[in-house]
Amino acid sequence: MPEDLNWAVGGEAGDGIDSTGKIFAQALSRAGRHVFTSKDFASRIRGGYTAYKIRTSVDEVNSVVDRLDVLVALTQRTIDENLDELHENSVIIYDGERSWEADVPDEMVELDVPLKSLAEDAGGAIMQNVVALGAACEVANFPIEHLDSALEKRFGDKGQKLVDNNQEAARAGRDYVQENYDHDYGYDLETTDNDYVLLNGDEAIGMGALVAGCRFYAGYPITPATNVMEYLTGRIDQYGGTVVQAEDELAAINMALGAARSGARAMTATSGPGIDLMTETFGLIATTETPLVIADVMRSGPSTGMPTKQEQGDLNMALYGGHGEIPRFVVAPTTISECFWKTIEAFNLAEKYQTPVYVISDLAMAVTEQTFSPEEFDMDAVEIDRGNVVSEDDIDQYLDEQGRFQPHYDAADGISPRAFPGTAEGAHMTTGLEHDELGRRTEDTEERVQQVDKRNRKVETAQREEDWSPREFGNEDAENLVITWGSNEGAILEAMDELDDDVRFISVPYLFPRPDLTEAVENADRTVVVECNATGQFADLIERDTLTRVERINKYNGIRFNADELRERITETFAAEPEVTAQ
Amino acid sequence: MSSQAHFTDFKSDKRPTWCPGCGDFGTMNGMMKALANTGNSPDDTFICAGIGCSGKIGTYMHSYALHGVHGRALPVGTGVKMANPNLEVMVAGGDGDGYSIGAGHFVHAVRRNVDMTYVVMDNRIYGLTKGQFSPTSREDFETSTSPEGTQQSPVHPLALAMAAGGSFIAQSFSSDSQRHTQIIEEAIEHDGFSLVNTYSPCVTFNDVDTYDYFRDSLIDLDEENHDPNDYDQAREKIMDFDNIYQGVIYQDDDSVGYEKRLGIEEPMNDIPDGAPEGAMDLVREFY
Repeated sequence: MPEDLNWAVGGEAGDGIDSTGKIFAQALSRAGRHVFTSKDFASRIRGGYTAYKIRTSVDEVNSVVDRLDVLVALTQRTIDENLDELHENSVIIYDGERSWEADVPDEMVELDVPLKSLAEDAGGAIMQNVVALGAACEVANFPIEHLDSALEKRFGDKGQKLVDNNQEAARAGRDYVQENYDHDYGYDLETTDNDYVLLNGDEAIGMGALVAGCRFYAGYPITPATNVMEYLTGRIDQYGGTVVQAEDELAAINMALGAARSGARAMTATSGPGIDLMTETFGLIATTETPLVIADVMRSGPSTGMPTKQEQGDLNMALYGGHGEIPRFVVAPTTISECFWKTIEAFNLAEKYQTPVYVISDLAMAVTEQTFSPEEFDMDAVEIDRGNVVSEDDIDQYLDEQGRFQPHYDAADGISPRAFPGTAEGAHMTTGLEHDELGRRTEDTEERVQQVDKRNRKVETAQREEDWSPREFGNEDAENLVITWGSNEGAILEAMDELDDDVRFISVPYLFPRPDLTEAVENADRTVVVECNATGQFADLIERDTLTRVERINKYNGIRFNADELRERITETFAAEPEVTAQ
Repeated sequence: MSSQAHFTDFKSDKRPTWCPGCGDFGTMNGMMKALANTGNSPDDTFICAGIGCSGKIGTYMHSYALHGVHGRALPVGTGVKMANPNLEVMVAGGDGDGYSIGAGHFVHAVRRNVDMTYVVMDNRIYGLTKGQFSPTSREDFETSTSPEGTQQSPVHPLALAMAAGGSFIAQSFSSDSQRHTQIIEEAIEHDGFSLVNTYSPCVTFNDVDTYDYFRDSLIDLDEENHDPNDYDQAREKIMDFDNIYQGVIYQDDDSVGYEKRLGIEEPMNDIPDGAPEGAMDLVREFY
């Protein structure tokens, strides 16, 4: 991969690390370079250490690697935390005038830049990070005009003066390095004319919801799902919709349920602890056959777990959460742009089949900013299917002989008519109690069986009528099969670049219903399932579905997989004696 | 739908399973009459209910309705109304549903002030689970789970609503049909969240808070020259825990429903067949 630069800024929480990283990422994106970011938090040390990492290339980048080329270190801990990833040509930018003396390993390139005093000269100490960005531009041989453009975007709303000061600060950093260090750092970041957009998974979910016609969102702030709500706030009202910050998750999902009954496309998003609270109402949504989209942006559990850490631990909850037997759909985007498309698909599934639909995303996707061609969000390809909604003109055919509307009509495909409130002759009730076709409570054994069968039949219909295919990569006839779900796709794809041809890779975006992988597993000599959890919840499912034992690569220390480690672990797994017998 | 609905149009053909003599009959009749008298029809009315005897009300009425989970009827009503402000939304629940398991939602529904009418059938006991004390039960009330009294102060719903910034706070008695109906009508016409705490006696499990007790104790505010727009007067009545009042105790005439304040005017159920016009602008924001 040419000109693959791995850059990071790190310091204490409150040092403005996130916005510094975002500005640089935007500068790179505006220069037509691909960007893939990650936010890194120390897992073993208490305190506020935080880092924003950027991997950039003119080629597409879909993962992080374990190499760091340029590090802006605002604290010693930033250097210590990243020692494993630093190499002999790594450049460390720090401020020796500040109260800490940087302990930089001898072989590395030390750039002592008076970030703070240069910033003060340009108009304020707060811009010290921008000075560092200017210095980074010089190191990477990256035209500073692109940084200017990102600063303009960032501060333009707050006045030209602020933009000017920041641009001056950036130049001060660049000039200082130019004048005081005579070194060839070996980088020459190529720019292109490509126009990329830079967004993260939460924003993609929010944008997907807006485009899909979501008009009502209720949620309660929780990491790492809050950004979905923040994205929609201020945008959804332009489409006649609204966002409600509810008093808790119980209220949020019930409000969304109410809005959905009113006929709005409605959604909520939360993370594991919030899903726990919503589960009571999840059953109500399913049994009242209300269309609702619920995004679970996973983080490490159980309980409050590690709120800022990655994990794919909620799969079983999504599949089985709630008492009784609950028909549902569970979709799991595998990339940030798929967060957009799968959210749209989730709204269609919800309304066509009148069920709750989980969109399962995770922290790694939620906080990762990645560049895309705008064409990846081809609005002409968006289709909206509201399912069986009856109008006043055709409602007659859905009334019983006494003229009553039947919201739970026992249709052959399981899909009953929906009448939005306000539709003449459509008045009906529904209840979380078992009900008859009119929606009224029943304990009649035949009606009970009829309604259970009807609800389950919707899933059978969907299995027949929808495309639940996985995403396929690599060599279809390979002996070795790698299967994953969710955000690991990019890292595995990159790992595969250097694996031999003997790997087939299947990335599964549907967890229920899911594609039948029996043939693929049977055709492979070895199958390994990669997932970010300890117990291999997806591997268990694959074993159950295919009646074949599979091998597992798991990670649950709170950090996402990176391409380098996966390359190694996949290679090791297939080189070792099989852990399990395939037959 | 014509606005000439008769109150019997709001009746379903399902016979209530409430005990003979239950206060909930009167509460429901008043709701149906008030809905008809204020020009509503079953097709533009939505009833939300929680769990318990009170929760069954949606089954016995005819309208759009949802019978949900315990304590969460108010958030459902909030979503229904915000997504379609043209609907008349009524939420019904019991004292347990509203002031115990749903107390959190109650406080926030009051302060959020979405335009809907909340009728709480307050019988000061848990009936459907066969006679345990409720959040409004008196401190010395002996039940299967409080053999020596509850040892806890009761919740004072009206005071709670006032403290949360309620814009319409009223109390009625299900057996006083005319007054009850009239109070609910006023609640429906109020723009904002209306609380009507309705004493709705349980004839099976509560032999203290009986029809006779309420009949003898209730003081009608119409006979007191009470001005519901006078906050201080209202506060005095509401904080008078030694007496119980019937009528509209407090009403803020300047109240505007939350959904209206947000500028929601149209139902949110009409969306384009594909991406909305100009959707690529959403993508361009990320340049």
